[in-house]
Amino acid sequence: MLKFTEEHEWLKIDGGVATIGITEHAAGQLGDLVFVELPEVGATFSKGESCATVESVKAASDVYCPLDGEIVDVNQAIVDDPALVNSDPQGKAWFFKLKLADPSSADALLDEAAYKELVG
Amino acid sequence: MESISRLKHTPLHALHLSLGARMVPFAGYEMPVQYHEGVLKEHLHTRAAAGLFDVSHMGQIAIRPRSGRIADAALALERLVPVDVLGLAEGRQRYALFTNNEGGILDDLMIANRGDHLFLIVNAACKAADFEYLQRGLGDSCLVTMLNDRALIALQGPRAEAVLAELWADIASMRFMDVAEADIHDVGCVISRSGYTGEDGFEISIPAASAVDVAERLLEHPDVMPIGLGARDSLRLEAGLCLYGNDIDTGTTPVEAALEWAIQKSRRSGGERAGGFPGADRILAEFANGASRRRVGLRPDGRAPVRGGVKLFADPEGKVAAGTVTSGGFGPSVDAPVAMGYVDAAHARSGTKLFAEVRGKYLPVTVSALPFVEQSYKR
Repeated sequence: MLKFTEEHEWLKIDGGVATIGITEHAAGQLGDLVFVELPEVGATFSKGESCATVESVKAASDVYCPLDGEIVDVNQAIVDDPALVNSDPQGKAWFFKLKLADPSSADALLDEAAYKELVG
Repeated sequence: MESISRLKHTPLHALHLSLGARMVPFAGYEMPVQYHEGVLKEHLHTRAAAGLFDVSHMGQIAIRPRSGRIADAALALERLVPVDVLGLAEGRQRYALFTNNEGGILDDLMIANRGDHLFLIVNAACKAADFEYLQRGLGDSCLVTMLNDRALIALQGPRAEAVLAELWADIASMRFMDVAEADIHDVGCVISRSGYTGEDGFEISIPAASAVDVAERLLEHPDVMPIGLGARDSLRLEAGLCLYGNDIDTGTTPVEAALEWAIQKSRRSGGERAGGFPGADRILAEFANGASRRRVGLRPDGRAPVRGGVKLFADPEGKVAAGTVTSGGFGPSVDAPVAMGYVDAAHARSGTKLFAEVRGKYLPVTVSALPFVEQSYKR
């Protein structure tokens, strides 16, 4: 199941675990990334809490946790090479995997059509 | 947030839109923050070839002595700036500061001696106040005019001279901080060999009606790319240059800001025209005794950028305050984060380890000499 948030994140949900990244639209708006900071495996976040940071040459931006859950994996590849987020934001450049506290909470997020409408 | 509809446009506004610029509000103007290529590539292109910047939002002010003697205008202006204006030769330009009675900085600017008048370039956000201040301070002896009918573009980078030489052959005879009149594409321009990137380059004052024509002509050259405010900021930061409002303001003095070089010997204690500018008591005392804090370069040890506003500490637990970052980000040419800020005099020596509070962590940074990149001015 592929879902999106109004904060421009995508979630690929499989068996109660969501693989989460930022959308192509978000990556384009941020520009070339030069630094990524990811949460620690085992950390828990509530929906809307800042759980990662991305920085371009000119600004830092927060990435917000889209749902309640626990971090079960992070993508070291984007820490080593932040430019990967610009080149493949919805593929290789996933940010982290979140074990959802309540898998049904994902139902309320945007589907792909609704997200496409949002970003025009 | 300024309403976008009330923002002023420079003469190049439509050109920016046609080039795909992302426009943002800046100092009352709608300005390009970046174009298609993005900040990183624009920055690197400027250091490798040539970048074209629209800086028409900045104020261009002419000061004409009522007596007809340029020395009268120079001496009048010296009452407001701690620099040697009288000694500035015709066809030369220098950096200057308006200081206030407390020794703080009201604005930083360029002053050129154009023979029969002085030509000033001031910051966009300060230009209305500067103009009033100049009229009030110099109006009795000088005619002060804001040149609202001129655009200002900068061409910066190692290829800038060669690009301009195709339009004006005499360009190669200019050296750093020279100012000359030139016909570019049959348009009467005023060119200075200066800029805000640390690179060799030129700033060109153009009649507004011809600005698009000249800019398009320069952009036709394969070495030239349009550059937005984003890369302008990262370029000047790597070059160790102050941004007024961030790194210097009414709360910082020239000595705290490590701008002693801008105050020539003639205006310092013992000089022919020592003092006689606002805040001279404090500024000259700081020359003699040092200031309690100082602007320094900062190199974060890690990859995380340390940005303006971040607090600095002497210890990794954040117990002993040491200063504040005033500008910081990622330096594309350095390929690492770079910053500058004010630290207490005790921590100002190059090599000193400090700790920057970023998102609840204390990241190690090292006090470093400025600039972060080698300047390539044609002296």
